[in-house]
Amino acid sequence: MEKKMGLYICKGCGIGDALDVDALCNIGTDEFNIPICKTHDKLCGEEGVNLIKADIEGEGVNSIVIAACSPRVMYDVFDFGSDKVLERVNLREQVVWCHPPQDEDTQMLAEDQLRMGITKAQEMEPPDPFIAEDMSKRILVVGGGLTGLTAAKEAAKAGYEVVLVEKEKELGGYLKRIYKLPPATPPYEEPKDVGLEDLIGEVKSNDLIKVYTGATVESIEGAPCMFDVTIKHNGNGTTERVGAIVVATGSVPYNPENLEHLGYGKFDDVVTLQQVEEMFLNGEVKRPSNGQPVQSVAFILCAGSRDENHLPYCSSACCVEALKQAKYFKEQNPDCSVYIFYKDIRANGVYELFYKQVQRDKVFFVRGDVTGVDDDGSGKLILTAEDVLTGSPIMSESVDLVVLATGMVPTTALGEPYKVPTAEEGEEIEVPPDTILVSNILNLKYRQGPEIPALKYGFPDSHFICFPYESRRTGIYPAGSVRAPMDYARAIDDATGAALKAIQCVELTSQGKAVHPRAGDMSYPEFFMQRCTQCKRCTEECPFGAINEDEKANPLPNPTRCRRCGVCMGACPERIISFKNYSVGMIGNMIKAINVPDEYEEKPRILVLACENDAYPALDMAGLRRLEYNPWVRIIPLRCLGSMNIIWIADALSKGIDGILLLGCRHGDDYQCHFIKGSELANIRMTKIKETLDRLVLESERVRVEEVSITDYNRLPQILNDFAEKLEELGPNPYKGF
Amino acid sequence: MTEVTNRSILVVGGGIAGLSAAVEAAETGCQVYIVEKEPYLGGRVARMNKYFPKLCPPNCGLEINFRRIKNNPLVRFFTMAEVTKIEGEPGNFNVTVKINPRYVNEKCTACGKCEEAATTTIPNPFNYGINTVKAIYLPNDFAFPMRYVLDPSILGTEEAEKIKASCPYGAIELDMQPKEFDLNVSAIIWATGWKPYDASKILYYGYESNPDVITNVEMERYASPEGPTNGKIIQPSSGEPVKKVAFVQCAGSRDENHLPYCSGVCCLASLKQATYVLDQDEEARVYIYYIDIRALGRYEDFYKKVMENERVTLIKGKPGEIRRVDSGKTMVQAENQLNGEITKEEFDLVVLATGMVPSTAAEKIPFDLSYDENGFLIEADGNLGVIPAGCVKRPVDVATTVQDATAAALKALQLTVRR
Repeated sequence: MEKKMGLYICKGCGIGDALDVDALCNIGTDEFNIPICKTHDKLCGEEGVNLIKADIEGEGVNSIVIAACSPRVMYDVFDFGSDKVLERVNLREQVVWCHPPQDEDTQMLAEDQLRMGITKAQEMEPPDPFIAEDMSKRILVVGGGLTGLTAAKEAAKAGYEVVLVEKEKELGGYLKRIYKLPPATPPYEEPKDVGLEDLIGEVKSNDLIKVYTGATVESIEGAPCMFDVTIKHNGNGTTERVGAIVVATGSVPYNPENLEHLGYGKFDDVVTLQQVEEMFLNGEVKRPSNGQPVQSVAFILCAGSRDENHLPYCSSACCVEALKQAKYFKEQNPDCSVYIFYKDIRANGVYELFYKQVQRDKVFFVRGDVTGVDDDGSGKLILTAEDVLTGSPIMSESVDLVVLATGMVPTTALGEPYKVPTAEEGEEIEVPPDTILVSNILNLKYRQGPEIPALKYGFPDSHFICFPYESRRTGIYPAGSVRAPMDYARAIDDATGAALKAIQCVELTSQGKAVHPRAGDMSYPEFFMQRCTQCKRCTEECPFGAINEDEKANPLPNPTRCRRCGVCMGACPERIISFKNYSVGMIGNMIKAINVPDEYEEKPRILVLACENDAYPALDMAGLRRLEYNPWVRIIPLRCLGSMNIIWIADALSKGIDGILLLGCRHGDDYQCHFIKGSELANIRMTKIKETLDRLVLESERVRVEEVSITDYNRLPQILNDFAEKLEELGPNPYKGF
Repeated sequence: MTEVTNRSILVVGGGIAGLSAAVEAAETGCQVYIVEKEPYLGGRVARMNKYFPKLCPPNCGLEINFRRIKNNPLVRFFTMAEVTKIEGEPGNFNVTVKINPRYVNEKCTACGKCEEAATTTIPNPFNYGINTVKAIYLPNDFAFPMRYVLDPSILGTEEAEKIKASCPYGAIELDMQPKEFDLNVSAIIWATGWKPYDASKILYYGYESNPDVITNVEMERYASPEGPTNGKIIQPSSGEPVKKVAFVQCAGSRDENHLPYCSGVCCLASLKQATYVLDQDEEARVYIYYIDIRALGRYEDFYKKVMENERVTLIKGKPGEIRRVDSGKTMVQAENQLNGEITKEEFDLVVLATGMVPSTAAEKIPFDLSYDENGFLIEADGNLGVIPAGCVKRPVDVATTVQDATAAALKALQLTVRR
């Protein structure tokens, strides 16, 4: 784009009082030859905005630099359309609000921030969205149980075509073998009918839903809006193009054969929750051992759950399932003695009211860890338990039937870990790869492995509390008990939510826009392949597995899988990956635009690369609270710390900048990086920076990484000042003036 | 083929449920309006210090959601606003929205001059009145929109005029009047959230008379770096940092005299708050009085992790009495259900884990809808066009709320297309 620049500097909110604004204006005119440089007392007011608009219309200004408040505020006022280049220089929150007014160092800071902003605007181009031919808005639902049927039905209700794949001959999944569901409506006291036939009927009769039963997904190639799904059914393969995927393959009960200590496999009258459902469904409620009626029953909750030797987690639904079955037995025979052995009764929310009802039905609740089930000598069973606190033994009455409430194992956990094609001898794998279990659900043709990465215990859940649908594969949304242990009611909501996410993905993607967390972003990475050395870093490091590889190890980008974090750009040692408005060269030139005084002036310079999602707002908040910190810092926001390319460190140090501080999100088990691995990758790269520093004969303390969360603003001055002190100790960077 | 009708949705409530529903719907291409009664978006979670189990700050996710709003012209929001009338039917609602005066208009830059000019202080609503703010104030550090609000108590005073004169941008309008306007939408998502159960109703816990008995939502403010004590958890009566803290679970929950249901989150909230206390002082001790610890799913890991700390003691039993004793400490008396013994322990601070009351228990929606006896809005398969999301439907944690809100967004989207 042929650029016509306009620079607009605001004097409001104390900027004009604290800074020599005319001097700033001269930087635009003299150093950068910007044809239009103007100041205004209140740029965000109607008059100020009209001033800019008049230049856009009258003078053809298309690249606008606004030096005023943080880009986090007045975003709506300073919106001149996506065809313009706009850069906001943060003179308010990050300059005049946190540094003394009318001060030489404050002025120099403002001038450098301005130089960086102008340079950025010069380097940026408006993004040109990626839109391919034959983009599909259809939704693939894998799994035809409660979750899958619901997702299909709900997506179709909003007008979207659905392809539903179920591996069994009949739809319905686990629900086919369920007698009744826990109550979902007031007064929450009685189990309710399943209603599966209605749901299946709705799905089958909907013209927008194409159902494949007895079918599996053989492979999925491509990317959002361009997924080519090969479905195997009746021995044939069919290919369907879809836009997004809901994974609803559910869970399986924990294998009771592992629970021999609770008598399973040893006594016929030790059964599971599933077997009890079938008994009632078939109307044959008898002791398996002798066909006699069940006069007494004991439930063992957490059978193989909350247990380090089995499933360490809680399966969320078993307590209420057992309460429901206790009710089955009581309804069938009010004199039946029902005992429930438990650790905690987890009847959350309104299920508490159901729990109360079951208590009123005279079910006995016994708190204890069941340690064994034995024959009482008369053909009945007796339970021994240990009191949780005192350790003293508890012995049960003799019962006819023992029911093990086993937990859920997600189908995604049923597979061996995928072996990443090993790096060649001597080549170290720098990035710990995600765990991908070969569960034969999606069979993705992705370079990083064939399934969605599994988090703890094999659930492909999101790690984000605020964004529970964000799997690590763009456009693929797990829902229901495959995603997390959950009950039926929650699975229905989960299916509906996942269907919405799938719809959202196809709508945004088909317009060339990114999905969460940079929803709407139209930029995407472009690869200058002539200079690629096939080092594979981009394909290995992408947190979303967006980049495939050809047989010669050339990267094959999939723009619609991309979340636009720039991790690939940060990873690339050849610097061949760039966005239209974000590139290694752009940030490099911003760093070069910083004016570095020579060492005799005793004005060190610190480059701060800050994650724009958390550290940057925290810096704004420090300004809002008027917290003062060292004025030597020069702040550049990054899309994610993972987009940090090591060359910037070398650029900065060889220019004479005294130190570099990276501010990123927490990493490790409870990571907070919105791009999953960005801050971790930045840390890994920093451990390698030592080489560069050694080559330059510089101290490694000149580069520091700090974890900063968005609420750490009170800590920031200390972090920045401590680093500045350290640099003073080290003395000036000897490269100054070169 | 589907025919596009009025593709707009109203979301009532700008907390985590409403925000999530709104941005999720808008990113499918719908026009969305958010109506929020507070002067800022973010709702109840904005006042939380950390989320369990990651112990991460809610502001981080809110920032992303605010950015989604800033970048999406399809979302419009109104703060200090409420819905006064709903007419029509699914697919075609006419909704009257009333905007209460903020006395500060959109010219405000949050420069802070007005605050310097003000002298009167009021109880800080963001911190549940634990400390004070000036009568013209920024609702919180991360306030979105970043705009001041003037408390009407100073209207008509000389001070108000002085404040008005101090604003360089003409942003203060002392004669601002309530405004009403109508919106035509296809669907309404009701996401007005919850209120903490009124702890003063549990007389035997002495919440009203004993300053060292606080609620779990107040605890969040004490622990927050932005809170009244800049993140220090203190004994309110003495101002000293706490050494020994009791958490009383099911304070008013699972109790026929108060809330019969379980709020689902208080166990985990207390475990989380226990970490605040333990991290603040390496000698501090925590006691948790409970009936069942309800840490569903993988929250079990968090429960186990907190319990690994030897400074945490669990007591199965509901305290019968909490009272201040001569030592200046607060005594908690309970029967330990596991051994039948009466325990008496003295604490610096007692935190009542009060449950959630749906906002719809007290404030009914101006439309013919059904509620259960505790005031939760009953979901009628979306066919009434008013779709509940989050804690107005059932008491849930944040992740489930977002999941639920996303589902509500699809239910609403369905009403914007006609087959």
